[in-house]
Amino acid sequence: MGHALTHLERLEAESIHIMREVVAEAERPVMLYSVGKDSAVMLRLARKAFFPSPPPFPLLHVDTTWKFQEMYALRDRMARESGMELLVYHNPEAKERGINPFDHGALHTDMWKTEGLKQALDKWGFDAAFGGARRDEEKSRAKERIFSFRTASHAWDPKNQRPELWNLYNARKNKGESIRVFPISNWTELDVWQYIQLNDVPIVPLYFAAPRPTVKRDGLLLMVDDDRFPLKAGEAPEIRSIRFRTLGCYPLTGAVESQAQTLSQVIQETLLTTTSERQGRAIDKDAGGAGMEKKKQEGYF
Amino acid sequence: MARAKSKPAIYKTDALVAEDIDSYLEQHRHKTMLRFITCGSVDDGKSTLIGRLLYDSKMIFEDQLAALEADSKRIGTQGQEIDFALLVDGLAAEREQGITIDVAYRFFSTEKRKFIVADTPGHEQYTRNMVTGASTADLAVILIDARKGVLTQTRRHSYLVHLIGIRHVVLAVNKMDLVGYSQEVFDKIVADYARFAKSIGFAAFTPLPISGFRGDNIAAAPSANTPWYQGPSLIHLLETVELDAAASQAKPFRMPVQWVNRPDLDFRGFSGLIASGSVKPGDGVVVLPSGKTSSVARIVTMDGDLPEAAAGQAVTLCLADEVDCSRGDVIAIADQPPQAADQFEATLVWMGEEEMLPGRAYWLKLGAQTVSATVQAPKYKINVNTLEHLAAKTFDLNAIGVANVSTDRPVVFEAYADSRTLGGFILIDKLTNATVAAGMLHFSLRRAQNVHWQPIDIDRARHAAMKNQKPALLWFTGLSGAGKSTIANLVEKKLARMNRHTFLLDGDNVRHGLNRDLGFTEADRVENIRRVGEVAKLMTDAGLIVIAAFISPFRSERQMVRQLMAPGEFLEVFIDTPLAEAEARDVKGLYKKARAGKLRNFTGIDSPYEPPLNPEIRIDTAKLTPQEAADQIVSRFIP
Repeated sequence: MGHALTHLERLEAESIHIMREVVAEAERPVMLYSVGKDSAVMLRLARKAFFPSPPPFPLLHVDTTWKFQEMYALRDRMARESGMELLVYHNPEAKERGINPFDHGALHTDMWKTEGLKQALDKWGFDAAFGGARRDEEKSRAKERIFSFRTASHAWDPKNQRPELWNLYNARKNKGESIRVFPISNWTELDVWQYIQLNDVPIVPLYFAAPRPTVKRDGLLLMVDDDRFPLKAGEAPEIRSIRFRTLGCYPLTGAVESQAQTLSQVIQETLLTTTSERQGRAIDKDAGGAGMEKKKQEGYF
Repeated sequence: MARAKSKPAIYKTDALVAEDIDSYLEQHRHKTMLRFITCGSVDDGKSTLIGRLLYDSKMIFEDQLAALEADSKRIGTQGQEIDFALLVDGLAAEREQGITIDVAYRFFSTEKRKFIVADTPGHEQYTRNMVTGASTADLAVILIDARKGVLTQTRRHSYLVHLIGIRHVVLAVNKMDLVGYSQEVFDKIVADYARFAKSIGFAAFTPLPISGFRGDNIAAAPSANTPWYQGPSLIHLLETVELDAAASQAKPFRMPVQWVNRPDLDFRGFSGLIASGSVKPGDGVVVLPSGKTSSVARIVTMDGDLPEAAAGQAVTLCLADEVDCSRGDVIAIADQPPQAADQFEATLVWMGEEEMLPGRAYWLKLGAQTVSATVQAPKYKINVNTLEHLAAKTFDLNAIGVANVSTDRPVVFEAYADSRTLGGFILIDKLTNATVAAGMLHFSLRRAQNVHWQPIDIDRARHAAMKNQKPALLWFTGLSGAGKSTIANLVEKKLARMNRHTFLLDGDNVRHGLNRDLGFTEADRVENIRRVGEVAKLMTDAGLIVIAAFISPFRSERQMVRQLMAPGEFLEVFIDTPLAEAEARDVKGLYKKARAGKLRNFTGIDSPYEPPLNPEIRIDTAKLTPQEAADQIVSRFIP
């Protein structure tokens, strides 16, 4: 007789089941790969779901050109190891206008990420895109379905979501519609960390503490990752032992001071910490408590 | 309401995390997972209870807590106290209205288990949301306000929980602090509830006196306020109840095949999530519905081949023999296979905005199988408040009832009571692609096994060859008075002159005989078209060119007829006449009657007409005479 499955075994099986449904029912699926720890877990799950075949879809990185250097390095390595095609997209308009996080604030995220994602999906005609969002991250995500439909203009209508019963997913879509699929919806941050530990999933070294050049600005502890970082009068990079709980564009991602150099220590710090994960990201702060919900209606992943 | 700020209960995990993280992780790694649902209305303190569970288990961070405190003062309903409910009311619209309108999933864990809570709204208009949340739950917490006792909605929630097959029910009598922790009040509510529970057929439930606001009997029991209570705390119950996954491992092996894994010619594996039972290499299995047998050669995973796999695991099976097996098939233990059938009785929970139409074709998805299905007229519908069986012609949003369902090919199934995976299904609208119903199979109506196709020697190709023609169905659709019958008649005459064998099915004529028993409601219109479609199909099998002239206002029924026919044999002819023009002609005087309210459900007046989106032939009657139209149709059809 089998054994009682642990919560991680059940979560893994659920995610694999979801990915196989998408591959069986969608015409042109893609995995959005942001190089963060959630993407890392999602990629590992995809490889497990289709083993010994490589995952039958490409990886898509909607890049802003402002990610940390170590993220680009890991991204290229993981694509090689998984045997998957890596597509990198840059919004040409954002590139041309020189949109950057220092001068353009919210417009940076909007153009590179929100618009960039829509353009990339349209360009390659993807009808289903896997994303690594989790329901425990934020209140509006707690209500999003695993299969989340977007109109032809990529908008999300939270009032008009399909009921999801048992583990039956209705993946049929109308012309022009596309689906965002969140296979790790039911994972928590701790689950993700523990899965990484148990499965030796490679992650960006920035998640571990190390001495790094930093600047304190607007309440965020920022890392000076390259020489594009414009220092204000009186600012000088200071070496601090820091790590990141979440990774995005380096000028928008706040670090925490930390000594956690191993996965166990990182998990320990995560569990004992008193601020929620996304607080390090400037993006959720717009529009008060409804920030993410508003962003999603506009098409942000 | 001046209730003292309560002290959060403390779980022991904190100390272990700080002192010995590796031991903690080792412990956490072996936790099992329980999914449960909380049922109750806003007033029962449901959100407060969930907020309390999250708060007590340290799932709330300082920044969230600061926001919570600020929000509590601004929009909370607890005065200056922390309003835990605000933690769980997610979407902006809901926060403004102060109600939860969807299903939200929350996460917390204790030393023994990880929990996923489905938080769903309680009002009757959100029945579908509750059923959705319940479909993945092992346990239900039914909340009762101690001041109010067993209410209509308590009965409704309990019925739904029972319907969806949740085996463990906790009756949480909440707000005990507001009735002075009275044992008498508690006992009376439990006795009332026990009587009701027995009447709907579930005997076992666990009653619990709690206060979500104050924390009594939630993390630890008995609370000092309820010394008379001898049972476990809510958390203890949640930590120890038997999981459904464990129960399903004891059943016979079944795995729906989701995907065929074929990286190269040497490997062919069948990937799926094991629905029940367990499997080992060497086990004899059968592939359904084909009935081909083989044995399991390997259980493949990326982490290495497994010596055994059980319900709840996602695996890839390699079989010893080359047997046909594709997505939708079910691999089962050879000596106890499930059945396949194409007619069932089922309970349906209607979730679509548009009501169910008996006879309309929907997609039915069960496991990895998707088939075309029709629902027959309801046997009855259930009043979810009184549990009476009511006569019904259809199901509308949130209706629950029983009906027979027919599928266009056999599906492998089990009774829902035995298997949620092989007994639970959804219905999908073929046009909007919306999920319109959840269904639970009761049993097959044996007829599928007993009515066989009789092999016929003179087949349809032979019939057509004898008539020296290619059979077809010309389907005329358009408003009443558009000119369908007139043009169809001219088309038939022209074909007859060309020595073609034809038959004209006319809407009015059919209603004098075959469809004499049908009226003009939406449901009857669907059945009218279904019958005509079947008749037309028999006639094309006989080699005829069939001309059908029917208003046929709904796209899905025209689509249904199209799917009955062989590819290329269905030609949709849209007789396009504007409503104003058809009404001005009013050959039969029907529009006048409809406008005067003497004729109900008249297409174009008080019943919709859905024009074809891509008809094979479109006739604009403003530009063509009937004869020109007929010539054009025939020339398009016989070049």
